[in-house]
Amino acid sequence: MLTKRIIPCLDIKDGRTVKGVNFEQIRDAGDPVELGALYAEQGADELVFLDITATVEKRKTLIELVNKIAHRINIPFTVGGGIKTEDDVSILLQNGADKISINTAAFLEPTIISRFSKNFGSQCVVLAIDAKCEADNNWYVYLKGGREKTGKLVTDWAREAVELGVGEILLTSMNHDGTKQGFALDITAQLAETLPVPIIASGGGGTTAHFYDVFTKGKADAALAASIFHYKEIAIPDLKQYLHNKGISIRL
Amino acid sequence: MSIVIIQYNAGNIQSVLYALERVGVTATVTDNLEAIQAADKVIFPGVGEASTAMAYLKERNLDTVIKNLQQPVLGICLGMQLMCAYSEENDTTCIGIFEEQVKLFKPTDQTIKVPQIGWNTISNLKTDLFRGIPENSFTYFVHGYYAALGEHAIATTNYIQDYSSALHKNNFYGVQFHPEKSAKVGEQIIKNFLELS
Repeated sequence: MLTKRIIPCLDIKDGRTVKGVNFEQIRDAGDPVELGALYAEQGADELVFLDITATVEKRKTLIELVNKIAHRINIPFTVGGGIKTEDDVSILLQNGADKISINTAAFLEPTIISRFSKNFGSQCVVLAIDAKCEADNNWYVYLKGGREKTGKLVTDWAREAVELGVGEILLTSMNHDGTKQGFALDITAQLAETLPVPIIASGGGGTTAHFYDVFTKGKADAALAASIFHYKEIAIPDLKQYLHNKGISIRL
Repeated sequence: MSIVIIQYNAGNIQSVLYALERVGVTATVTDNLEAIQAADKVIFPGVGEASTAMAYLKERNLDTVIKNLQQPVLGICLGMQLMCAYSEENDTTCIGIFEEQVKLFKPTDQTIKVPQIGWNTISNLKTDLFRGIPENSFTYFVHGYYAALGEHAIATTNYIQDYSSALHKNNFYGVQFHPEKSAKVGEQIIKNFLELS
């Protein structure tokens, strides 16, 4: 039986792992290569690396880092941050990334989704959506690391992106990110129940029960979290054992 | 021991190379026909689309060379599918080492996603490729098409229905999952392949 996935996420800034709250207050959380290797060893199902600096001059640092990680890690990993062109994707894949994650660039130029999925396969293309629930109770797409609001509904953008060929959607709730108050169950379930691709839920995982909820009520295919793993608040083996005991299909 | 990874227009070649390095062996990535024929072990990896990959192989006569190899050959994911007779993916005639047909997953309800992405179990394990691997071990899959059950199945997996997650015939082996991304289980399968004679 296909299992639900637990995915630690490493936000990378200047070659280090960092973590913020509601996309702000960023602090250091360690060496991404060592952390990644540790999580793989502990039973993480995949890893996601997001380069939150992602400037042209820092690109080389990221590529070297991807190469180091690829040599160490025996599970799949996704790399995101500032990817705009086929060359950006090629060089990451050549250095050992398995999938790439795109966000702002795809929103501003949606044809990159169809181009990437044609050239590299849709299994390789993850669309990251930063979503915020506004006062009108609708979920809107945000860009540029959550700094820029758009008028686009998350449900509309996700559907368009799937039609263009994304293989998975990584949905981050900005309202929940870093709060440890639980995942955004409603919007996650809404996407998971209407789209034919896997949904990775992100933002708000603070307790083992939150993960149970996101797989049951939220219908997520995978759940992503960062600080609770980095700061050892929840150990991956304990989380997976808990979910298994509660009847969730999980790899132990 | 010389190990060759066949280079062609499909992805994940680098991941396979790094996985081999992690188990302590060096491989050559090449599309040189003589080098492939002379190798002790050949790995035929791949993530991509069947018709484009087959066209590329045919153009370089790689399809015939692969079919006539005598040493142990391991096809991975698309590599395994291309070793089958036929793929529904863009109506493609494949290399034809295994008689199995490759078909598109058809979801029976809206909650089933295609492609299958993630960890699933392998069972009914046969041959030394799976020596020391417990039944129902987890391996990592990413695929929208599957090889139907057939006489060459040496592992089965269930997604919508049972299908062949590994195939074997003579010196040819194929796995639908990615041993290079399947943690310790995958590493053991790679080691087992390297020890086949």
